[in-house]
Formats: sequence, structure tokens, C-alpha cells
Amino acid sequence: MNDAAAHASVTVADSEAAGGGASASVDLSALLADSHIDEVLDELDAELIGLKPVKARIRDIAALLLVERARKQLGLIGGSPSLHMSFTGNPGTGKTTVAMRMAQILHRLGYVRKGHLIAVTRDDLVGQYIGHTAPKTKEILKKAMGGVLFIDEAYYLYRPENERDYGQEAIEILLQVMENHRDDLVVIVAGYKDRMDTFFRSNPGLSSRIAHHLDFPDYQPDELEEIAQRLLQGMQYRLSPSGVDALHEYIPLRMQQPHFANARSIRNALDRARLRQANRLFEQKGHSLTRDELMTIEGEDLRHSRMFT
Amino acid sequence: MRITQGTFSFLPDLTDAEIRAQIDYSLEQGWAIGVEYTDDPHPRNFYWEMWGNPMFDLRDAAGAMTEVSGCRKAHPSHYIRVNAFDSTRGFETTRLSFIVNRPKHEPGFQLKRNEVGGRAIQYTIESYATEKPEGSRYE
Repeated sequence: MNDAAAHASVTVADSEAAGGGASASVDLSALLADSHIDEVLDELDAELIGLKPVKARIRDIAALLLVERARKQLGLIGGSPSLHMSFTGNPGTGKTTVAMRMAQILHRLGYVRKGHLIAVTRDDLVGQYIGHTAPKTKEILKKAMGGVLFIDEAYYLYRPENERDYGQEAIEILLQVMENHRDDLVVIVAGYKDRMDTFFRSNPGLSSRIAHHLDFPDYQPDELEEIAQRLLQGMQYRLSPSGVDALHEYIPLRMQQPHFANARSIRNALDRARLRQANRLFEQKGHSLTRDELMTIEGEDLRHSRMFT
Repeated sequence: MRITQGTFSFLPDLTDAEIRAQIDYSLEQGWAIGVEYTDDPHPRNFYWEMWGNPMFDLRDAAGAMTEVSGCRKAHPSHYIRVNAFDSTRGFETTRLSFIVNRPKHEPGFQLKRNEVGGRAIQYTIESYATEKPEGSRYE
């Protein structure tokens, strides 16, 4: 108690020296600059296209943690906030990518100590025979401590049709650790929206321990186009003007297909276009290829897709 | 008599924060962590009981600390040590080993003299604790 009071009075002196108010204060913007969190958030904005509600929520969480840190400096004890999260959304909407970023952000804000991400699925947590599940789950949890545990397709943990399924055991251990080791790790469960909802309904204990439910919206056609451009840039390719047109027509067609997986489908389409580009270049062997030719994906590379036939 | 085995054994007992710092250092070096316990304090007793499997691929000391406290709970008056294993040479070599828990009362060792062949004497030591059967030595 004494310590906190002494600390607070130091801050008073500091702020008075800086021309601040008479009461104890901390400079939030200094804290912000100190944590370099702005850079990560800006990076997030720049590198991830769309996902407005998700980004807004991440900013909220970052603000909360900064304020929490400021409060701590003035000796206000609020207990660390619970940051377990659930990411729901259709396939390919960026759940894993955001989880990876989240680990970084939480590390910068000093909420997790190491900031690594352990991505697991049911197979990594649930054992095959009696007594196998607990050590397996605990081992994964120990590895994730100091970072973020990302459980993809978490609803597979719960199999109501088999009452002797070991998934329940894994969930119970998970709940215990989520409650007792809140400072040691952050658990993020992810999956498709409807199935996660049923999962949470049948596991109210889990649902109530997760403070943040983030829903990942589907991408709009123009966002997907931007993602495609970004992906190609990353692979050092580019689209010719005819390629841009073809992509523009391709995306709405692809979106109507069953099993459309947002950004993942786009990446697969680009991979196939690369394949066709390679084939096309191979057929015109005889003359040497320029750097430009090797980089450019033409309209015909995309138009050979079965979407157009 | 206070047993001095392993690293830091001439220092006062490490606090939990110090143990955590040592484990964190080991993990930074890429070493694996194992927790072991015994109630036989003889210096030649190398093979202690393993508390669970050694922990590979940890990133933070918190995981190992839960095992240390689990072992302490189950064996409050045993010797417990933390080992750090280095696999650089293709097999796990102990690089760091230190005691993290010891019985409240350590009775020490008796020096035994065994007369052999005329006036020659063989010396050996035996812990007073091991006079009692395993599991009830430090009650």
C-alpha cells in the first residue's frame, strides 16, 4: 500500500514539473508511444483488408489494456481483465491470421509474456484412450503458456452423439486453466458461426468464460480483388490489364459456387492461374523470357478456369 | 545436515521468482525442463523419480512452474529438483540441475567403518533418513 502511494506521489511531482494538473496523472499518449502498439495496429489496418468490426474490437482491447497499465502505474488494482476470445466466421475470413496478430498485440501491451501462438485442433487435445486426454491437453496448455492458444474448429471438442467421448474431459481441463491461469495464457477458440453457437449453447461454462466474441464478416467482391492484388504482390507477380478484367469477372462467379472459402478460394485460384501461366510460357519456348513476362499473369490464365466455361 | 547437490546448493533456498527466472533462462537456451523427486539423499543416488515427462518446446516458465508446484503438493517433504536438458549433441545432456524443494529436517549422514583384511578400513556413508522405508523417511 505504501509502495503504491509513494509511486503515485512521484507521478504527481513529474506531472507538475511538466506543467500538468495537481492530481496524480499518467500520460496515456506517452504510454501509447512507449508500447509501439500504434505501429502494430496500423500494420493490421494496412495488411488486412476489410474486417472493420474486428479491427474496431482489437482497438478497443488495446485501449483497455493501455488504460489498465496506466491504472497500475497509479496503484489502482483492478485485476487483469479476461481476454479469452472466440472468433467466428466463414472459412477464409482471416481468423488464424488475426489470431497471430493478436498474439503480437497482446505481447506488445505486456498482457502475455512471450507472444507466441500455438494453433491446435481436436486431435492435439483429445486422446485415444482413457487417461490419455488429460496429459495431452495439459502438455499443449503448458506449451501455450506465456502466449496464445488458438483452437481451430473448437466445436469438434464436443461430440454430443457419443457420451463417452473424451472431448468433454479436454474442455473441463481447458476451463480450469482458463480460469486459474488467466495471467499465463489467452485462449482463442475459432470456428464457423452456426456450429460455434451450438457449441457454446451446450457448454455454457466455456461461453461465460469468453469475454470477447468477434464475428468475422464475409469479404465483399472489391475487397477480394484487393486481397488478390496483395497476394500477387507478395509472390512477385502482377496482373496485366486483361488479367484485372478477368479477375473482376471471376470473383462474383466464384462467390456463387458452393464451398466458397473467401480469401482462401482466391489464393487457390491464383495458384491455379500461376500454373496456367507457367504452362503458357512453356509452350512458347524457343525465345528467351523477359522478367516482365515471368511476372505477368494474363487474362487468359484466369479465363481458362472452369468458372468461365 | 543440509544437502548440497546441484547448482546453487550453497545458496539459501531459491524463491519461486528465482526458480522461474532460472527456468526462463534455460528455455531461452533451448533446453528442455524435467522435474524429479526422491527421498534418498545419498550423493550417489543419480536416478531420481520423474515427475511426469520432461517438457519440450515450452516457451514460458509458467508451464514448468505448475509441474513444480504439483510435485511439491504431492511430495511436500521430498527432495525435488529441476533439470534442464541440452540436446545439441544429439542426446539430452543435463546442463543445469538445482534443488527446488527439500525436507524440513535433514538428519544427515553416518560414517560407517568396515574393517577388512587385517587393519585396513573401508569407509562409507549412509543417510540416517534411509533407515526408514521409502515413502516414510521424512514424516
